[in-house]
Parts: sequence; structure tokens; C-alpha cells
Amino acid sequence: MAQEHAAPIHGEDEGTTTGLNHRKMLMWAFLGSDCMFFGSLIATYLVYQGKSLEGPLPIDVFDIPVTSISTFVLLMSSMSMVLAYSALTKNNMKGFRIWMISTAIMGSTFIGFQVYEFSSFATHHVEIDCVNPGELTKYEQHIFDDGCSSGEAHAESHEGLKPQTNLFGTTFYTLTGFHGAHVTLGVVWLLSLLLLSFKKGVITPEKNLDVDLAALYWHFVDVVWIVIFTVVYLFGVFPGF
Amino acid sequence: MSQELSAEEHTGHPTAGQYFRIAVILCVITAVEVGVFYVEFLGHWMIPILFILSASKFTLVAMYYMHLKFDHKLFTYLFVAGFILAALIISFLLLLFGVYS
Repeated sequence: MAQEHAAPIHGEDEGTTTGLNHRKMLMWAFLGSDCMFFGSLIATYLVYQGKSLEGPLPIDVFDIPVTSISTFVLLMSSMSMVLAYSALTKNNMKGFRIWMISTAIMGSTFIGFQVYEFSSFATHHVEIDCVNPGELTKYEQHIFDDGCSSGEAHAESHEGLKPQTNLFGTTFYTLTGFHGAHVTLGVVWLLSLLLLSFKKGVITPEKNLDVDLAALYWHFVDVVWIVIFTVVYLFGVFPGF
Repeated sequence: MSQELSAEEHTGHPTAGQYFRIAVILCVITAVEVGVFYVEFLGHWMIPILFILSASKFTLVAMYYMHLKFDHKLFTYLFVAGFILAALIISFLLLLFGVYS
């Protein structure tokens, strides 16, 4: 009797050969294949790491505190998403919509951080005092050697990091750009579900599979970022890696 | 009595409070990661430490937020198979190109 009142779990007893819901199984198979997709992009990034002939390099452009904040936002969006699903299964539609909106807002904020990051990398500007240059990175040393040899007071470069600048730019923008595209698609998906929830009978505590699948996708985007943040950003700036 | 049980109790899924506690743990791990990154004396030890911290976050999200801990094992096998293949792709490409040799 109690089972009739509980929101169904879309994982078992679906009347299929395996006893599992096919759409949910397909989503997990897709997420497994997407692991390989991102694995290939991460491998490409690592293979070409340190092989760029000219800068800027990760140590020149990465801003770890800013990326840490965007990572925090994405982690919080995962919590928000799971609370939306939890509210739906408890027939709390108001709570569901609030958490869905907050998840979409945090996803959009993450995208905003990425746009800011990409544009600041693309317009990266270096200015070096030729008299007191201080501690220089390899890229800055190159600018110093080129610009200060003719007795100038300052040496500067406005080249920035673009996909065509060097191997680091190509692999970095491809990897993080594809992740950003996944997040953008996720935000569109969440907003679509939010709109559908206002249509009677489309999203209910009993018909929660669509939300369950969107939540799985959203959490996957989060775990991929957990790997990218460590491997690309934190390891990227570490000189010994 | 059984009708008063929440959906979480029926499904074995965590409660909202447990989801919040997991989020706090994830944030703390991220803060530790960033902190470790700025500790210079750790040297090359930083890499395994960050790797373990990152793997912990990955596992927590997959097990609790993605409900792998509570769902049918076949879902776990599907995802883990993809993940292992991805890890193999990365390892073999790094070996093939002699990145860390």
C-alpha cells in the first residue's frame, strides 16, 4: 500500500527484459560514452602539455581563485539539482521549481565565469619593467628578451591566448569549450523541464523520469568539471607536472 | 505508519539534510584542494594529494547525487566501464607519446 504512494524509482521492475527502465539505462550508457569523449580531450591536453613553442602558458593566464569560485558554484548547482528532484518526489512542486530555477541560475553563472575567463585569456596583456623585471615566467622572459634589448623602459605584449595561439590554447579551449557546451545544453534542458512543470500532468511525482535523467546529466557535467579543475587548472600551473 | 514514510525512506535515497551535508563536504574538499595548491613545501606530493581529493569528490557525487549507491548495479557497471575505458585511453595515449618517460 505504501509503495503506491511513493514516487516510483525508475530503475527496476519496469517490465523490460532486464527489469530496468530503458531510457535510464540509455542515459547511463550515454554518460559512460561521454566519459570516453572527455577522456580523449583530457588525454590530448596532457599529451601536448608543455609542448607549446610560445606563450602564453597556463602559469601566465590561469587565475586559480576565480576558477575555484566557479567550481564552487557548479558544485552547489549539483546540490540544488538533487534537492529539486527530492522535492518533486515528495510532491512539493513549489520547492521543485525553486530549486530548478536556482540550478539553472548557478549553471548560467558558471557559463558567465567561463565567458569572462575566455575573454580575459584572449585579451591577456603583459607589461614588464625592463629595469626591475622581478621574477619572470618563461613567456615573460621571452617578452623581456625581445622588448628590452633595445634599451626600452618597458616591454609589452598584447597577444593573448586564442585557440590558434599555441598547442595549449587549442587543447584548452577545445576541452573547456566542450564542457561549457555541455553545461549550456544542461541549462536549456533544466529550463525546458521547468516550463513543462507548469503544464498539468507532464511532470508529477509519479512521472519524474524526465527530471531524473536531466539530473543525471547535470551531475555528470559536475564530475567532469571536478576532473578538469584538478588536471587542467591545478596540475597545469604546477611546474613539476 | 508505512504511509507516513517519505520517498527517501522508501527508496533508500538520502534526505535533503544528507544532500546538504554532502555539499558541505564537497566544498570543504575543494577548499582543501586550493589550499594544498598554495603549500609550496609539498612539492611533488601535491599531485597524489590533489588526485585523491579529486577522486573523493567524484565518488561522492556519483554515489549520492547520481544515486549509484542506491540504484541497480547495472547502471554502475555501465558508467564505470566508460570511466575505466576513459582512464585507459588517457594512460595509453600518455605512454604512446612518452609524456612522462
